Amino acid sequence: MIVELGHMALVLALALALLQSVLPFWGAAASDDRLMATGDVGSVGILFFIAVSFFCLMWAYATSDFSVVNVWENSHSKMPFLYKLTGTWGNHEGSMLLWVLILAIFAAAVGVFGGSLPAKLRANVHGVQGLMLMTFLMFILLTSNPFVRQAAVPEGQDLNPILQDIGLAIHPPMLYLGYVGFSITFAFAIAALIEGRLDAAWARWVRPWALGAWLFLTAGIAMGSYWAYYELGWGGWWFWDPVENASFLPWLSGTALLHSALVMEKRDALKIWTVLLAILTFSLSLLGTFLVRSGVLTSVHTFASDPTRGLFVLLILCFFVGGALALFIFRSSSLQAGGMFAPVSREGALVLNNLLLSTAAAVILLGTLYPLVYEALTDQKLSVGAPFFNMTFAPLMIPLVLALPFGPLLAWKRGDILAVGQRLLFALGAAIITTILVLGFTAKGQWLAPLCIGIAVWLMVGSFAELFQRAGFRKVAMPVFFARMRGLPRTVWSTAFAHFGVGVMMLGIVSVTAYETETVASLKPGETVQAGGFEVKHMGYTSRTGPNFDENSARLEIREGGNLVASMEPSKRFYPARQMPTSEAAIETFGFSQLYVALGEGTPEGATTFRIWWKPLVTLIWFGPVLMVLAGALSLTDRRLRVGVPKRARPKADEKAYAA
Amino acid sequence: MTRRSTRLVWIGVIGCVLAAAVGLSMFALRSGIAYAMDPSDLKEKSIGPGQRVRLVGLVKEGTVVRGDGLKVVFEITDSVETISVEFNNILPDLFREKQGIITEGVLRDDGVFAADTVLAKHDENYMPKEVADSLKKRGVWQGDGTAEQ
Repeated sequence: MIVELGHMALVLALALALLQSVLPFWGAAASDDRLMATGDVGSVGILFFIAVSFFCLMWAYATSDFSVVNVWENSHSKMPFLYKLTGTWGNHEGSMLLWVLILAIFAAAVGVFGGSLPAKLRANVHGVQGLMLMTFLMFILLTSNPFVRQAAVPEGQDLNPILQDIGLAIHPPMLYLGYVGFSITFAFAIAALIEGRLDAAWARWVRPWALGAWLFLTAGIAMGSYWAYYELGWGGWWFWDPVENASFLPWLSGTALLHSALVMEKRDALKIWTVLLAILTFSLSLLGTFLVRSGVLTSVHTFASDPTRGLFVLLILCFFVGGALALFIFRSSSLQAGGMFAPVSREGALVLNNLLLSTAAAVILLGTLYPLVYEALTDQKLSVGAPFFNMTFAPLMIPLVLALPFGPLLAWKRGDILAVGQRLLFALGAAIITTILVLGFTAKGQWLAPLCIGIAVWLMVGSFAELFQRAGFRKVAMPVFFARMRGLPRTVWSTAFAHFGVGVMMLGIVSVTAYETETVASLKPGETVQAGGFEVKHMGYTSRTGPNFDENSARLEIREGGNLVASMEPSKRFYPARQMPTSEAAIETFGFSQLYVALGEGTPEGATTFRIWWKPLVTLIWFGPVLMVLAGALSLTDRRLRVGVPKRARPKADEKAYAA
Repeated sequence: MTRRSTRLVWIGVIGCVLAAAVGLSMFALRSGIAYAMDPSDLKEKSIGPGQRVRLVGLVKEGTVVRGDGLKVVFEITDSVETISVEFNNILPDLFREKQGIITEGVLRDDGVFAADTVLAKHDENYMPKEVADSLKKRGVWQGDGTAEQ
């Protein structure tokens, strides 16, 4: 009964979305206030029905209703309750439902929080959102219906064991909030193109939405990276897997968008580029959805491949991307272009940021699509691996990181690079000292890694230069300085911390890449091995039975200089329902560094192979993004940027100019 | 600066970045990629020394031999040709005989394929697309025509 209710609610949501994709556009074209207002109600109505549908599916999972095919295929009655719930989106159909649920949440957010938006802009945004909702609801109902029934079966086939983790509760919703959040900036861009009206106020409305989406995307990618790190047991945190790239591409262009919207807001320039970025960012999100959902690529994210689904998503992709770009080509010439900037200025620095980020995105896009295009043209398969991405991405990021501390210190319109350089001398000093220290301590003839660590320190220290400068460091008395620090706008603080976060992440990446050690050893109980400066002793085996798996683990004692510092238990699990083994690595954190132990195979003599990594400063790779997310959230609380608040001072004048 | 020189500076900067990106990509596309081949391809085609290859196929039954430490040797087959593979690391959980797998590495002079990566897919009854296509090409595919479970 509840399952049928969910199905019906989804059909009703589609019916409403059909109306939503017509009425607000019509209202905006005919300047009919009542028709335009339907958008606000419609968006909330669609959200209501999709939410009902989603929770009905979740109910079926919670109660292990195996008469629903989707639940039977992806759940098990003995699974822990949390995994039963998260299993709702641990499969193709459910994850698409989560996707449209989040799309609907953002669409409704425009209706609820968009009160200060001009009516026509809001109506057109609703129309674009309605179109997207309609196409994706059709996709679900026609090709991926999660509510299909079957004759009752006593037991389910279990969720893929790799997905039976707290990560599934956090990673997909976060990532989707980011992916889909950019649908709003996309809708704003299309609405602006339809009307042919684009000004600084538009950028002010768009930026908080872009920032919100960016926050979730950053958190989602970082979370996914950590999940892969501890779950897959390979000790890697980024594999340049096409599916990872698919999430990283919108992140790069979304980051560029955040910065270019700043130029548009402050200087009323870079308009056409900003609109293009808004379109491209969501197009890359859609491309990611296509790559992951169509089965073109095979990875842990691909649940099942069905050619009709791939074709359907490809059609949706072509419709939105092609339509948006066509509209852009037609209308962008009517938008007033901004002027030239001096290269040495704040806006010049932001243009450089955009140039490097979008070039990096283009290169990664090339590497991701190259195998697909190559196979289509020559019928020969190839894979583009990590070496390609490392060789192309890193050289593009180094100049970005070197230039980054200069950006916030440069004045708008015309900056003085020498004066800024003087203010950054202490950051340069810190970087040089760190480089020399690292060179001295490692002394293996490696110079690249110490240099990169120096660059990371340059960024970390340099990020705070703007705070010091604006608070008048060494120009005013200390108490005044601290008072001024506190009084600085939150956006200044958030800029500093977000950039600092990039430096922290870079420090972690360089440190792990250059200085991690790996020890592989075959140990019998009682035997000891030296690994990463620790003494690792095999204490024996333990086996236990979990709710839906059997587990065999090895107990290890970790000693440093004779003192016991940790006990670790890496294990292997076997999930009978899917006949599938998994490895559960054991991880022990020391400061920012980690000792990582994965279990290999046992030998007939009773020994087991262990793979032991010492990963110095590895957690910084994820603390960096956490800082970026916190900084972004701080910036959202700044009054000047709060959603719906912009331009309170003269909304009436704006509305009038708009109507004219 | 005049408007004209400003424009020239920007054209120069953008040109440099794009040229660097194109140059890097061209260079990396030559060395950072691996062609996917099955054992028959690998025997037919001549590949340069040290050229990375992605070798796909089924693990032949009864050929998995464990040596000292982590060393393991097994044979990969597309049912027409067979190639011996040596791997010096922990095998993935889902590695087993008669399973479709993907390995990456280089072909040594002695005809043994030295793999540095072995991928077995994340699902127990999943056949990698590359392997399914290879088996179809060799005319021994017995599945339902698609590469899914």
